[in-house]
Amino acid sequence: MPGAMTEAPTSRSGRDGRSVPTEVELPGAPTTSDAAREHFDALVASDERIEPRDWMPDEYRKTLVRQIAQHAHSEIIGMQPEGNWLTRAPSLRRKAILLAKVQDEAGHGLYLYSAAETLGVARDELEALLLSGRQKYSSIFNYPTLTWADVGAIGWLVDGAAIVNQIPLCRCSYGPYARAMVRICKEESFHQRQGFELLYTLAHGTDAQRAMAQDAVDRWWWPSLMMFGPPDAESSHSAQSMAWGIKRFSNDELRQRFVDQAAPQAAVLGLRLPDPELRFDEESGHWRYGEIDWSEFRAVLAGNGPCNRRRLERRRAALAEGAWVREAATAYARKHPLVSGAGLGTARQPGADATPVVAAGTAPLGSPEAEATPAGLATPGATATAGATATAAA
Amino acid sequence: MTADAASGHPGMDGARAPATAAPGSEAPLGAPVTSPGLGDEPAGALRDAARAYVLGLGDDALILSHRLTEWVTRAPALEEELALANVALDLLGQARGLLERAGQLGGPASTADDLAYLRDARGFRNCLLVELENGDFARTMARQLLFSAWQLPLYERLRHSNDSALAGVAAAGAREAAYHLDHAALWVRRLGDGTDESHRRMQEGLDAVWPYAAELFLPEPFEGGLVLGALVQRELAVDPAALEPVWSATVHQVVTEATLEVPTGDWRPAGGRQGLHTEAFGFLLAELQSLRRTEPEASW
Repeated sequence: MPGAMTEAPTSRSGRDGRSVPTEVELPGAPTTSDAAREHFDALVASDERIEPRDWMPDEYRKTLVRQIAQHAHSEIIGMQPEGNWLTRAPSLRRKAILLAKVQDEAGHGLYLYSAAETLGVARDELEALLLSGRQKYSSIFNYPTLTWADVGAIGWLVDGAAIVNQIPLCRCSYGPYARAMVRICKEESFHQRQGFELLYTLAHGTDAQRAMAQDAVDRWWWPSLMMFGPPDAESSHSAQSMAWGIKRFSNDELRQRFVDQAAPQAAVLGLRLPDPELRFDEESGHWRYGEIDWSEFRAVLAGNGPCNRRRLERRRAALAEGAWVREAATAYARKHPLVSGAGLGTARQPGADATPVVAAGTAPLGSPEAEATPAGLATPGATATAGATATAAA
Repeated sequence: MTADAASGHPGMDGARAPATAAPGSEAPLGAPVTSPGLGDEPAGALRDAARAYVLGLGDDALILSHRLTEWVTRAPALEEELALANVALDLLGQARGLLERAGQLGGPASTADDLAYLRDARGFRNCLLVELENGDFARTMARQLLFSAWQLPLYERLRHSNDSALAGVAAAGAREAAYHLDHAALWVRRLGDGTDESHRRMQEGLDAVWPYAAELFLPEPFEGGLVLGALVQRELAVDPAALEPVWSATVHQVVTEATLEVPTGDWRPAGGRQGLHTEAFGFLLAELQSLRRTEPEASW
């Protein structure tokens, strides 16, 4: 029953990240028909998708906004540690791969902000929540990339962990999120293979390269395990998210799956995982690992990791320093309402079919005809279409 | 990115292949280079001049790509993170193809990586325009407008070169340059005709980079007009001066539509094509080459 949607209250409650009862969705309030609730429950029970216009419980919406926003923020903040090596990548091929990857991450961020917008919350609201620290991003990005091998370790371990986390989300009960995840997972798997290959090259290179690779794995292994969140016993949102079909497996289940994948891969790389207790358990068929230092996890989550302040500072600076640009785009679009593509978001995205204005080969170069039609400025791709890596490799 | 530029590319290498590579034929960089299909290789002085010319074009693409990459995580909007990275990636692809070709033409055989990572500043032949510091977004867009308005007609001509490697880069590059020009022109208009602040910044940015464009149209500083003429005749080069009218018409139109003033003045710095760069260039190269030079012979 679409009429019972509670869009505005949700975005308001999302603003401070806390659960604020809204006028429309007071517990037991008669605004929601039983039929709508039954429909929602039936969709979830039969493993079908909830779409933006379907009625949904306010807490379901809030949970999704929090999770999708955190995911989007992670993509955008996650550009920083890898972007740190863009200008120093040691070969033109590696540089191109890394640039395509970082570009993919920006695309993923855009998708995910768009998915969150279907829940009635705007991108700039979410950005404000990020900058004020009221919404989080994955803590893994609060660790620094100190050497080139870290780029490989992030690809192999961090993207590997992200994939394990995200593949079940392709079946998430909320349609727009599930669909975004399908594409994102495909691209992440390219990134992981590229990271693995980078590390493999170093691990089979000179002594110094090999040492660099081992050092990176030593530093990234434990934080990667923490990416799955606290142990099941302490995970506050898990049970309800499972019931709603947002989450499919517990934190510990996913963590185990990741360790089971990574341990044999480390052997192929010829690198050691920094856990003396790591061993294969014949009986269960799983790799057993040592105790995770949860005090470190909590410290980083609380804002005291090596890079928390730096990451937010960079993001804040980019937004603040770009404000005059965005204002200009808005002002221009107001003055030129007929120029499609006058506002932001009209840049050609990778994979989009470009329609250049100053057309190559179709009009005399630089001639008045070539630019006579301002409407021709519109370039497709206003919706986020990432996938530089995947498109290139397809 | 255009689909055809990406075709035939193996899965592990997510980046685009240089436009010169035939589908499926991309050799790992560093592998011995085989003939790209030239029936009639230039020789002697002509060959050296061809190398220098192609090297200059490759360096232009490489260095501008580097500058644009510096914007990543600092762009004024997420859409621009994508767009700037996309332009940088296009230029990097062009650089790979052009430097690879330059390495085959005269001098000691070199790979594209050798040329990018192991040359000193005095050996780089890029124009000064592309190495200028980014400044604010307006200055970066002004630089891009002036560059792409030159590169598009250049590639449009070189795509007909009978050097198949050069023609391949130029054909793909022309499509890319058209987009780069489109993107930059749109921003110059938006900023020029946006707010008071953006207008002021756009004019300042344009004024700052404008003098450097003159270098694009100077005669190539090798062996006098005869060699250049021979290169042009063999479709290995375009006479720089021939591009100026087209460039000028494009740029003037955009600047006028953007409600900006075309800068005046007769200071025309040059020297990039002779390896005489700005002071900032050494820092750029130091960053670009630092890691590779720690183990130049290693595989990365």
